Amino acid sequence: MTKKILIVDDEPNIVISLEFLMKKEGFDVAVASDGEEALAKVASFEPDLVLLDVMMPKKSGFEVCEALRADPARAGLLVVMLTAKGRETEVAKGLAIGADAYVTKPFSTKDLVTRVKGMLGV
Amino acid sequence: MVLSGWLIALLSAAYLAVLFAVARFGDARADAGKSIISANVYALSLAVYCTSWTFYGSVGRATSGGLSFLTIYLGPTLMLLFVGVIVKMIRISKAQRITSIADFIASRYGKSQLLAGMVTVIAVIGVVPYIALQLKAMAASVDVLLNHSGSKGEWLGLDSTFLIAVILALFSILFGTRHLDATERHEGMVAAVAFESVVKLIAFMAVGIFVTYGLFGGLGDLFQRAVTEADLGRLLELESGRAGTWTSLILLSGLAIVFLPRQFQIIVVENVDESHVKRAVWLFPLYLLLINIFVLPLALGGLLHFGGEGVNPDTFVLTLPLAHGAEALALLAFIGGLSAATGMVIVETIALSTMVCNDLVMPLLLRSAWLRAQHRQDLSGLLIGIRRVAIAMIVLLGYVYFRAAGEAYALVGIGLISFAAVAQFAPAMFGGMYWKQATRAGAVAGLSAGFLVWLYTLLLPSFAKSGWISSGFVEQGLFGLPWLKAQALFGLSGLDEISHCLWWSMLANLGAYIAVSLNSRPDAVEASQAERFVDVFRFDRHKAETRLWRGKASLDALVSLLERFLGTARARQQLAAYAQGKGLADWRKLPADAEFVHFAEAELAGAIGSASARVMVASVAQEEDLGLEEVLDILDEATQIRAYSRELEAKRQELEAATSELREANERLREVDRMKDDFISTVTHELRTPLTSIRALSEMLHEDPRIELASRTRFLGIIVSEAERLTRLINQILDMAKLESGRAEWTSGAVDLGEVARETMDSLGQLFRDKGVALSSDIPARGPVVQADHDRLTQVLINLLSNAVKFVPGGSGKVHVRVGIDGGSVRVEVADNGPGLTAEECGVIFEKFRQGGNTLTDKPKGTGLGLPISRQIIEYFGGKLWVESRPGEGANFIFTVPLPASEE
Repeated sequence: MTKKILIVDDEPNIVISLEFLMKKEGFDVAVASDGEEALAKVASFEPDLVLLDVMMPKKSGFEVCEALRADPARAGLLVVMLTAKGRETEVAKGLAIGADAYVTKPFSTKDLVTRVKGMLGV
Repeated sequence: MVLSGWLIALLSAAYLAVLFAVARFGDARADAGKSIISANVYALSLAVYCTSWTFYGSVGRATSGGLSFLTIYLGPTLMLLFVGVIVKMIRISKAQRITSIADFIASRYGKSQLLAGMVTVIAVIGVVPYIALQLKAMAASVDVLLNHSGSKGEWLGLDSTFLIAVILALFSILFGTRHLDATERHEGMVAAVAFESVVKLIAFMAVGIFVTYGLFGGLGDLFQRAVTEADLGRLLELESGRAGTWTSLILLSGLAIVFLPRQFQIIVVENVDESHVKRAVWLFPLYLLLINIFVLPLALGGLLHFGGEGVNPDTFVLTLPLAHGAEALALLAFIGGLSAATGMVIVETIALSTMVCNDLVMPLLLRSAWLRAQHRQDLSGLLIGIRRVAIAMIVLLGYVYFRAAGEAYALVGIGLISFAAVAQFAPAMFGGMYWKQATRAGAVAGLSAGFLVWLYTLLLPSFAKSGWISSGFVEQGLFGLPWLKAQALFGLSGLDEISHCLWWSMLANLGAYIAVSLNSRPDAVEASQAERFVDVFRFDRHKAETRLWRGKASLDALVSLLERFLGTARARQQLAAYAQGKGLADWRKLPADAEFVHFAEAELAGAIGSASARVMVASVAQEEDLGLEEVLDILDEATQIRAYSRELEAKRQELEAATSELREANERLREVDRMKDDFISTVTHELRTPLTSIRALSEMLHEDPRIELASRTRFLGIIVSEAERLTRLINQILDMAKLESGRAEWTSGAVDLGEVARETMDSLGQLFRDKGVALSSDIPARGPVVQADHDRLTQVLINLLSNAVKFVPGGSGKVHVRVGIDGGSVRVEVADNGPGLTAEECGVIFEKFRQGGNTLTDKPKGTGLGLPISRQIIEYFGGKLWVESRPGEGANFIFTVPLPASEE
């Protein structure tokens, strides 16, 4: 069964590149451009993994991640945080609130794909 | 119930026994080191001010003078507000071991025996009428009770007043002179006085409530009825014509609360903790308020009830309950009155007897050959004996005055005579505490003058009124000279006798005090005492004390002196305590140095007063007389040391200020550091974001050459635009850095701002047309011209216009540019009809990387540096850049650039 990935970022160009990348690897992809839309899409699209930007309008990636983790029905959902802020404290915060991985921008597409596939067991 | 003489006597005895028990308890606790004198007890003990005069006389006064009885309680309330003055008095008294008001004044003016004696004489003569007043009130109250039951007020041929006097005297002797205390403190007595204050308050209020709510229908009913009777309605009004009398009564009673010997005793001598004064400031006035609430109702009630039956208004407190068969209540009221009288007589006679003993008898004894013959004998017993006799004599004098003049006056009149007498102490007291130039000669002159005027205008007329002496000097003037009429001196008539006396006596007193002080020089002891009193809060005692005494003394002689006057046991106890303080186990090893001499003198002063103590110490030590110059030098040095330490203190404060400044600077640096850190983190974020797209897309293009052409073109387009964004960002960051560090390059020339605006609008015209935004303007054809950098101003305008077009809605957006002159500046406005900004946003959008336009809904396409850069540029030219906006109402960005001076 095709795995589903939700891409959340407020930078359209990053969404375009990630969407293309993940579709090319054979995933089912949906996109959202802010935190609130992300939560709505999680409910409707029911992804297996979320690529989640941190700095976003309306709801930050941290808040989205917290909301997802607070929902026991989505315990199996994987969350990969993407951030342009590379400071240690941010990484620590992201992992502390329950993200499964933390990727710093700009990232290597190859590495990201490998990592996502690994996590999804593909 | 039959109010027989025996019942009354028994009840009185029982009450006095209770008082005595309270006093014993207080003394026992004090001896055990567990003082029961709390702030509340202290405040209550001040109510010894409320004597039987208050208890019976206030009502009497209210029946004739209406509200004016209140003045006697307003004065003390106001006086207590001067907490600083009272605390200073207490501090001085503690430091100088002051035992009485006479001692205080004498000590200040060089430990003068003459002054001590004078103050004592004035106090005794002045206060005797007051004691007579207590006897009179007691006698009247006993008579009322006995008349009611038909008994006779005589016993073995002695009249009841005399019996009362004897009992009060005996009781005071038992009470106050059981032992000789070094500090003349009597904690048991204070406790008993506080207790009796509560008793008299309860008794008075009980009668008040009985009359107001029992006999009448409450306050409203009482006043209603009073208003309807012409005579009574008058009592409820404040008469403006009596304002002068009010003022002098308030002044007199304000002084009396401190200067009556018993008040000085309670407030100053018996004070155990200065902080208690703060409680008294509100608690004592509250007490006065409570005890006065029912005065007017009682007066009105009495007048309404007895209306012209000839009942003495001074006895309403008893006669009203009796007339209604409330005999138990009448007895309670009697106990209240007894309580008030007893408290007053005890404290007053103890205070006066201390003064008489220390300041009148001791100086005489010390000169007598008899005393010298009794060398080495313990004199403490003799001192107690003298005090006991003094108490008896003072009460007896009160009785004599009562017989001589008592009948002529109502209670209140007598009390005021005493108030006016002790008011004479005010100039010497206050002057002594705050005016260093005041001298002994001045104090003697002032006191004498004031006292004589008081004697002539108030005391002697009171005798004349009773027919005891001829009243010629009152009616025709002394020697028939009209301007010497005792109660209209120099033709000053129209004042009541109290105000008249107060005016002339204070004028004479103050005048003589100031004039003589200014024209006399203090001696050495006076000068040093003046310093100790006036600067009591600053005086460095140990340093100056030791230097102000020079001579030779023997330990034995001083010790035997102490043993003689304090008693052996007490003296040894004090010596041991002093030695312990010096770290010595055995007081016999103490050096007889200046400090020890000072200690011995202070201990003696506590027992026999400062003046006598000085004489005694001088008699056993070979003292070198320090000249005035020398004393002044030493005091001067102390002042210099003070000045030096003040300088040190100032230096210390300067250092502290510098330290805190450094701390603040450090704090600011840390804040700047944190901001820089934040800035770098933000810049990093801003740089990484375009790089992310560029890297991801180029990696994909690089790895997969088979990506279809449309996507390729699209991706390459994104890469190009993101690269441009990156370049722009880097340029602006560098620009910002240059501007901030002041390394930016500027050109300067005449710039036509209108022209700049038009050029900018032209160059951005395509942008506006693409989005369908209407761009309009209101710009003069030529000018205005400013001195600035053409390209930089263009940069600002491009920034403002591109911001505007970015935030207005496509199709319906409108942007309007206006250039004009406002005062001495060119004013340029760029107004749009976009979403507008909140008040908070209006500020933050000028901060770096804080993009506006409601970032929460729409990510703006900018670097977040445009506005901060623009602001830097405008401020460089001396102008201002700001925004005026409200949410939903568009935004108006405005900047000004000053016109060159010639065009203003």
